[in-house]
Amino acid sequence: MTLTNDPTTQSRTAGPFVDEDREHHRFRVHRSTMTSAEVFALEKERIFSRCWLYVGHESEVREAGDYVRRPVGNRQVFMVRGRKSGRVNVFHNTCTHRGAMVCRKDAGNAKVFQCFYHAWSFDSDGTLVGVPDREAYGDGLDFSALGLRPVARVESYRGFVFACFDPDVIGLVDYLAGAKEYLDLVVDATGDAEIITGTNQYAIDANWKLLAENSVDGYHAVSTHDTYFKYLVALGTDLSGGVKGTAKALGNGHAVLEYAAPWGRPVAKWEPLFGEDARAEIGRLRADLVQRHGEARASRMADTNRNLLIYPNLVVNDIMAITVRTFMPVAPGRMEVTAWEMAPRDELPELRQRRLDSFLTFLGPGGFATPDDIEALESCQQGFSSGGVEWNDISRGMAREPLANDEEQMRAFWRRWNEQMVGGVG
Amino acid sequence: MTTTQPTSGPEVDALADVTRAQVEDFLHLEAELLDDWDLDAWAALYTDDCRYVIPCNDSPDGDPARDLVLIDDNALRMRMRVDRLNSRKAHREYPHSATSHQVSNVRLRAVDGDELPVVAEFTVWRFRGERSTSYVGRYHYRLVVVDGSVRIRSKRAVLANTSLRQVSDVAIIL
Repeated sequence: MTLTNDPTTQSRTAGPFVDEDREHHRFRVHRSTMTSAEVFALEKERIFSRCWLYVGHESEVREAGDYVRRPVGNRQVFMVRGRKSGRVNVFHNTCTHRGAMVCRKDAGNAKVFQCFYHAWSFDSDGTLVGVPDREAYGDGLDFSALGLRPVARVESYRGFVFACFDPDVIGLVDYLAGAKEYLDLVVDATGDAEIITGTNQYAIDANWKLLAENSVDGYHAVSTHDTYFKYLVALGTDLSGGVKGTAKALGNGHAVLEYAAPWGRPVAKWEPLFGEDARAEIGRLRADLVQRHGEARASRMADTNRNLLIYPNLVVNDIMAITVRTFMPVAPGRMEVTAWEMAPRDELPELRQRRLDSFLTFLGPGGFATPDDIEALESCQQGFSSGGVEWNDISRGMAREPLANDEEQMRAFWRRWNEQMVGGVG
Repeated sequence: MTTTQPTSGPEVDALADVTRAQVEDFLHLEAELLDDWDLDAWAALYTDDCRYVIPCNDSPDGDPARDLVLIDDNALRMRMRVDRLNSRKAHREYPHSATSHQVSNVRLRAVDGDELPVVAEFTVWRFRGERSTSYVGRYHYRLVVVDGSVRIRSKRAVLANTSLRQVSDVAIIL
């Protein structure tokens, strides 16, 4: 008798984790990828220390000295707009003296970050500007080398700030590959985009990759989110068009679903949810989009939804509203999720209200859909520990041009993941 | 259920006559209905123009007209929330959690127009499977008199929990 088919005890750091058989239209992922402590440790080193990771949005630090503190790749960092440079800096949140965190609030505005332990202080560009009893140190000590340590690489694309702990990583734009076009669509349709006040900070007792899959899973929408579609029907929405579109790999593990769906979009697609009063106004928004971007691109912005996965752990879903979501594993079976809502800055109050309504009917830990996704992911994780089944099947759509309810987008994620972890599809 | 509790708010002539004891009984009734998962009766405690709001943990003063909040139900969305939770399709709450809504430190503020503002502290325990979680915070109510009895026009539950990391979601009604 052998125990090797029990994914809860198995450590398969040698792989294969991912098994792709094009001839038989079969793509499967070994469940140890979701449960193994060795895989989790290796992910930290090979994925989260080497990929560009989302830190935040420039709108969150609009003024000089504005800062937000976040864990990125499970490391405490903070993003601050330098008063001298005007630049968005991302620093490791640790005093260069003896280690205490120098940024001790989640958000705010500061002239200096003073470590409370021995009162060393740093300005918003990281320079060490204050050391009590400096004369106690010898002349030889180079204080200029004791500024806050920036994360190895920091770049932003159209307001989205990313950091990478690997100094040798390729540039952000190259990294984003085909995902760039979709970020452009979201940002162009939004105009002056901002992250609005209010953060969803929750956790799921499931492996982080399950949320990467779920965030771009068109297949589960109708079965899992039945109550949401019932709500749309109750409001008078016609569901007969269904969810129609395509799934696409965008390179470097990024992927997107682009599809038409029955729900309304505050960008410029009216639905009964928004009320009769909004009809004319949404027509005007649409005309404005057409004027700025042409009919074809405007229609794409207004009528189609985008579930965009930027490898490894950023999701920008431009659906009934825009959500920006990132998630980090804290254990093989647990992740922490942080999500925001993006909207046009200075949006008219009635438009903002409609957008918020649209968001809350589906998204967020108190919405009518997200809690059920949380349940689904935890249920999978619990199912894995049942043992007996070694592999997850992700084959849907392999024998056709992949549709939005197929699984090609997940395969794109897994191929890249496998490449980083073991070097290619086994 | 063996309750002999009333299923509506206290009957009064005017808001100014409402006592703290009456408000406490009323809030305890609401808690009991929630814990008994009698959500239709719970929703009937609210007015037709009601609001039920939970701001995000990091923005307790969040304005649901401008900011992202966790929950901003009007009567329609509250109805949908109840229908969802009563169905077997609200997967996070099927089967339902066992809950205990505990309300204390009830304070009546000065009557404001046709509304009586009430502030109270809450702890809501939630047990499901092997998991035990608790939501702690402060309720802000606006009570009104409709056809001679007290109803809830708005309830805002401000969480003291600094995030939802420990409780995962707000799929139950606080």
